[in-house]
Amino acid sequence: MSEVRDDRKYTETHEWILDNGDGTFTMGVTDHAQALLGDMVFVELPGEGDEASQEDEFCVVESVKAASGVYAPADLEVVEANEALDAEPELVNSSCYDDGWLVKFKADGIDGLMSAEDYTDTLD
Amino acid sequence: MKRTPLYQAHVDAQGKMVDFGGWEMPLNYGSQIQEHHQVRTDAGMFDVSHMTTVDFKGKQAKVFLQTLIANDVDKLKTPGKALYSCMLNETGGVVDDLIVYYIDDENYRMVINAGTTEKDIAWINAQAQGFDVSVEPKLDLAMIAVQGPNAREKVFAAMPGVEEVAGELKPFNAASLGGLFIARTGYTGEDGFEIMIPEKSAEFTWKMLLEADVKPCGLGARDTLRLEAGMSLYGSEMNDEVSPLEAALTWTVDLNNEDRQFVGREALEKLRDDGVKKTIVGLILEGKGVIRDHQKVVTALGEGEVTSGTFSPTMGKAIALASVPMGTTGSCEIEMRNKLVSAKIVKPPFVRNGKVLV
Repeated sequence: MSEVRDDRKYTETHEWILDNGDGTFTMGVTDHAQALLGDMVFVELPGEGDEASQEDEFCVVESVKAASGVYAPADLEVVEANEALDAEPELVNSSCYDDGWLVKFKADGIDGLMSAEDYTDTLD
Repeated sequence: MKRTPLYQAHVDAQGKMVDFGGWEMPLNYGSQIQEHHQVRTDAGMFDVSHMTTVDFKGKQAKVFLQTLIANDVDKLKTPGKALYSCMLNETGGVVDDLIVYYIDDENYRMVINAGTTEKDIAWINAQAQGFDVSVEPKLDLAMIAVQGPNAREKVFAAMPGVEEVAGELKPFNAASLGGLFIARTGYTGEDGFEIMIPEKSAEFTWKMLLEADVKPCGLGARDTLRLEAGMSLYGSEMNDEVSPLEAALTWTVDLNNEDRQFVGREALEKLRDDGVKKTIVGLILEGKGVIRDHQKVVTALGEGEVTSGTFSPTMGKAIALASVPMGTTGSCEIEMRNKLVSAKIVKPPFVRNGKVLV
């Protein structure tokens, strides 16, 4: 039922990560996660230049139902946060893979990610 | 899990079904926030068939209800008139909150919560010993709440003939015709009806309302609407250990008739004389984030707790009901995800009839 895109990789905690090919990565939550959380009402994002260590909670997405932490998938430095989400957190629901992205960051590489196929298998 | 007669209708409408106190009920049909706005601006409907209707019949029906509940059914003089009340235990805690409708002095109808039904029926039966009254749970009734500024008009369009029965009803009054019982009541802060029908008519009635462009709304929107309307939820604002005096429900307790010894009265009078230590207030978050149930509240007079927290779709801000030390005013702080965030203390309701009041 949930959409999973082949062009990116996935975490066990339902985030997607797109390798931009220039040492930066874009991250967001998956279609499965946004559907589970329900209507988003608030997204707390880090600032440009902020650093996070692997497993740090560096974003929070809050829906009508619950607050959910987003964890750094590697040691990273934030390049850009999606400021559009300040005014329109619902973009995470309506466009989780495009306009509803959360952050872009620099990292040396990311271990332990799943392919689209493997991630799809975890959703059953 | 138990299902209402409208279960299939919810599944057909893409309802996201969840376990709600043992009932498989729709949380939403896509977007809880859209459903919320639908009720504030137009009309939406909720399946509330999981709630329980209980009829009281007999020569002592009135006297019994005057003993059973904290508000006084003697206020009810005209057929169909409704009264909101709490039913208390001996220590003044709330067994349940309910609505009772007057039919005549020997006939009353009560609506109680779904999650407390078994406990309530056992409690009511125990209290009824020695009274000439029969307690009759009506488990074959379905209930649909149609709420919103256009709700009445749309019900009349959907259900031909109903306008003749319910067109003149004032708020908090009900009318009936055959198996139909229709009340101008609700749990959203908007105008509308709560419609009781035999369960066999439920799906048909739901479809007629759908055809009149009344959108289905789930329990998610029902909760944000009632919270904006400042209405208490049993189990959150009050429970077996919290009295109405401690839950901003003093207005529902009638102590005027000194001869009326209702269950819990003695405990309430003692509490009142000793001094009530806490109450329920409204909170509006001043920073960003969403207030959640059970978060700690820090006030100048001591600590409290969020009883119901949410994001208000109408106000675009986080709001809450919270239990705080009596006399708390001004502002407070809420402990949210290990941070203290300031909030303004207000008197509920936050929103009524589409308008923000705080």
